Amino acid sequence: MPKQVLSCTINGEPVEVLVQPYVTLLDALREDLNLTGPKEGCGTGDCGACTVHLDGQPVASCLMLAMQARGREVRTIEGLGTNGALHPLQEAFVRLGVPQCGFCIPGVLMAAAAVLAENPRPSEEEIRYGIAGNLCRCTGYTKMLAAITEVAGAGSARGA
Amino acid sequence: MRRFELALPRSVDEALRVLSERGSEAKLLAGGTDLLPQLKNGLLKPAWVVDLSGVERVRTLRSDSGGLRVGAAVSARTLERDATTQKTYTSLAESGALVGSVQIRNLATLGGNLCNAAPSADMAPPLLALDAEAVIAGPRGERRVPITDFFSGVRRTVLSPDEILLEIVIPAPGPRSGGHYLRHTPRRELDIAVVGVASQLTLSNGVCSKARIALAAVAPVPLRAREAEQLLEGKPVTPEGIERAAEMAVGAARPISDQRGSADYRLHLVRVLTRRTLRTALARAGG
Repeated sequence: MPKQVLSCTINGEPVEVLVQPYVTLLDALREDLNLTGPKEGCGTGDCGACTVHLDGQPVASCLMLAMQARGREVRTIEGLGTNGALHPLQEAFVRLGVPQCGFCIPGVLMAAAAVLAENPRPSEEEIRYGIAGNLCRCTGYTKMLAAITEVAGAGSARGA
Repeated sequence: MRRFELALPRSVDEALRVLSERGSEAKLLAGGTDLLPQLKNGLLKPAWVVDLSGVERVRTLRSDSGGLRVGAAVSARTLERDATTQKTYTSLAESGALVGSVQIRNLATLGGNLCNAAPSADMAPPLLALDAEAVIAGPRGERRVPITDFFSGVRRTVLSPDEILLEIVIPAPGPRSGGHYLRHTPRRELDIAVVGVASQLTLSNGVCSKARIALAAVAPVPLRAREAEQLLEGKPVTPEGIERAAEMAVGAARPISDQRGSADYRLHLVRVLTRRTLRTALARAGG
């Protein structure tokens, strides 16, 4: 089966890579582009561990073919920070000790970053629904909520 | 995942040509959130997959005074957040907001939800309640099918293998009209409707000029509770009328018992959700 050329932007860089027509975006990122931040938990869109941004919106990268990303902007956890610095959400997750086993964390961070990018001052309910597509089998939701709430509060204080 | 070839058409004609050559061994891909799990678990084994995301016409959402045209590949997330859809086609926006999780809603499409033809498809009942039509392209041109006739069974539609669902056309419901979609699920996100109900009420000079009640997950296909609708039409909508209509809607349902709920429980939910959606639809219609 002939490979196809996937042209897109990944973490701000234009990328051209040969992919099999039947691979998911998640597998292309992990296997062909060595971006192993996005994880495969369920492979059916139920757990959110594979969450990346497609044109700024969170998507389950296990539920789309790599070629569906042609011409579009993909951002993974590897590209969430800027200039080598952690994103404020990443800093807060480290400071508050949010990760337990850590497997769900890249997906949770991408979902949370999408919430804040759209709405810098989300309500608690909006934060909860924003990460409702992400399962944490360590059940570490309370600290996630605390860390995201802290960053949202700090952002609004800076903005004020 | 099982291997397949991937076609990337850029126009409806190009997509139709692929289907005319590959027809029964090809599957159309819109968002992929229903298709990919079925490709992964081997339920579907197409030799070809045809990705419609490069076809402009199926990605377009347009509205004017006559109504709303939703391209088949418009996402649930787009419908959830579109201001016109929220205001005028409220039940459709509400149903889009209930699909999967945000990660799924950004990929999942209206056309995919319809063509997957699950009896529980959330975005189907609002379309039945809004008198929508499906625009279908095939080798002999385009045809229109009322959405009430689009589903032919569990996971089956009237589309033939060489046809493509292009868009859904919804006539504007008029100024004194209101709608609401509710479903029952044990959890809000990432769940599938035990029962879903969409209602739409249109008022004219104090009486109900049009009533629509559509039910999901209570029969092999989404269906309308026509006797309940007729009971409401032609007179003012009263609390007692809503009660009787909710009771009659139960008579239209033919549910099965499965792991999500017993048939009896589903009938109970039809009554409750019909009552609630009618009350809200009436308030939104300004009644």
